[in-house]
Amino acid sequence: MKTQLQINSREHELDADPRTTLLDALRNHLGLTGTKKGCDHGQCGACTVLVNGRRINSCLTLACMHDGDEITTIEGIGTETALSRLQQAFVAHDGFQCGYCTPGQICSATAMLDEIRAGWPSNVSPDIEGAPELTLEEVAERMSGNLCRCAAYPNIRDAILEIAGEARMQEAAE
Amino acid sequence: MRPFDYARAESTRDAVDRASDAGTQFIAGGTNLLDLMKLQVMTPDRLVDINRLGLDQIEETEDGGLRIGALVTNSDLAADARVRTHWPVLSRALLSGASGQLRNKATTGGNLLQRTRCYYFYDPDTPCNKREPGSGCGAIGGMTRLHAILGGSSHCIATHPSDMAVAMRALDAVVETEGPDGAREIPIADLHQLPGDTPHIETVLKPGELIIAVRLPAPVEGAQVYRKVRDRSSYAFALVSCAAVVRMDAGHIAQAALAFGGIAPKPWRDPEVEASLAGAEPGDAAFDAAADIMLAKAKPQDGNSFKIPLVRRTLKAVLTEATKEARQ
Repeated sequence: MKTQLQINSREHELDADPRTTLLDALRNHLGLTGTKKGCDHGQCGACTVLVNGRRINSCLTLACMHDGDEITTIEGIGTETALSRLQQAFVAHDGFQCGYCTPGQICSATAMLDEIRAGWPSNVSPDIEGAPELTLEEVAERMSGNLCRCAAYPNIRDAILEIAGEARMQEAAE
Repeated sequence: MRPFDYARAESTRDAVDRASDAGTQFIAGGTNLLDLMKLQVMTPDRLVDINRLGLDQIEETEDGGLRIGALVTNSDLAADARVRTHWPVLSRALLSGASGQLRNKATTGGNLLQRTRCYYFYDPDTPCNKREPGSGCGAIGGMTRLHAILGGSSHCIATHPSDMAVAMRALDAVVETEGPDGAREIPIADLHQLPGDTPHIETVLKPGELIIAVRLPAPVEGAQVYRKVRDRSSYAFALVSCAAVVRMDAGHIAQAALAFGGIAPKPWRDPEVEASLAGAEPGDAAFDAAADIMLAKAKPQDGNSFKIPLVRRTLKAVLTEATKEARQ
């Protein structure tokens, strides 16, 4: 099954069995191993990527369903020499230990910050009509689809909250 | 996963035509279907991808309601400004379910048709009348924390896992479908079937019948509350959930629509409970009387008898909040 995927601004052509998940396509067919396989059932979030700007579990979707879609993986968010602001914050706050969940955490948080910017409410928002608040509780709720078995959660939350605050200050200045 | 053929539908008619045989499944978000296919709990011969049918719009209807396309994602529906303002119980229910990643993929139609999270349904090494008709029920007499206390049968006590559907049930949503015999409308109350002796048949939809949209009637006056009780505070299925739409008149309850999740094979609404509340003065006496009526029919197992007091407490907490809010 031929599928065109635009991954990190580059065109890729995939020819794979329809059973191939987007996750397996990235890792096993296209050599993009930054995206990690944890549970392979949508429970852990290690495989999180952005499809057309939105975060999803790449293990629970078929690559052939994404013909023509734009996909961003951790390789498209930053490089070793040019980390994204969020990646820098994860380093500064010690937001990981073994690091296996980290690409998923970073992809998830990158898109989650856009969701906050778009004004999406969450389950812990006291008022679902207004703009969401930037609190640790909001970050924790919005990141509940990403597990960290080293339990670096407090530091992950701090890193994300710092960047969320920066983004909001920037918006206010603009 | 077992091998399957994959086809992309070009139109709703094309989708319906391609899916009329029993071995074919529609795929939209796929978050539940693919999970079950990996476990070989579901083994379709063919998937018909309906993602490009343009059913992803939310439109206002002439009567002041909302028409939600079957492919509108749970995220988009929860964040829609009209839903947040006029049907907040629906936003709240959606936001209480799954994770950010899953809500971005999960669709309105798919959410209604998702399968139970019964442990035995998910484990092909155990008997399950839903997965393999006639094989027995592993849950009855087994682990039943997620299972039904109402509406079950001696063949199956699985619960419907959706939060969204519970809110839609309280809001009297209507499901629009297109099938081999044409289009029809199904009140959400009639979409899901109780297990009886055919737990593998979960809805009234026929092979090839596709959900096109879900319609909400015009917003009703009063307070809307959704409360979900679960083992973790995020990313977990309901042990008990309750969606309430309550209207007050001169200090008394004029009307209370109450739908429950986590306790039955379908979003659970009991007309006798609502009748007992109509005209009542809010307070423990009326709320306990309503809980008594609802729970008199309950048939718990050892592992889920905790839901009897939990339903009572949830019902009382929700009605206390909703009647207070509706008075303001």
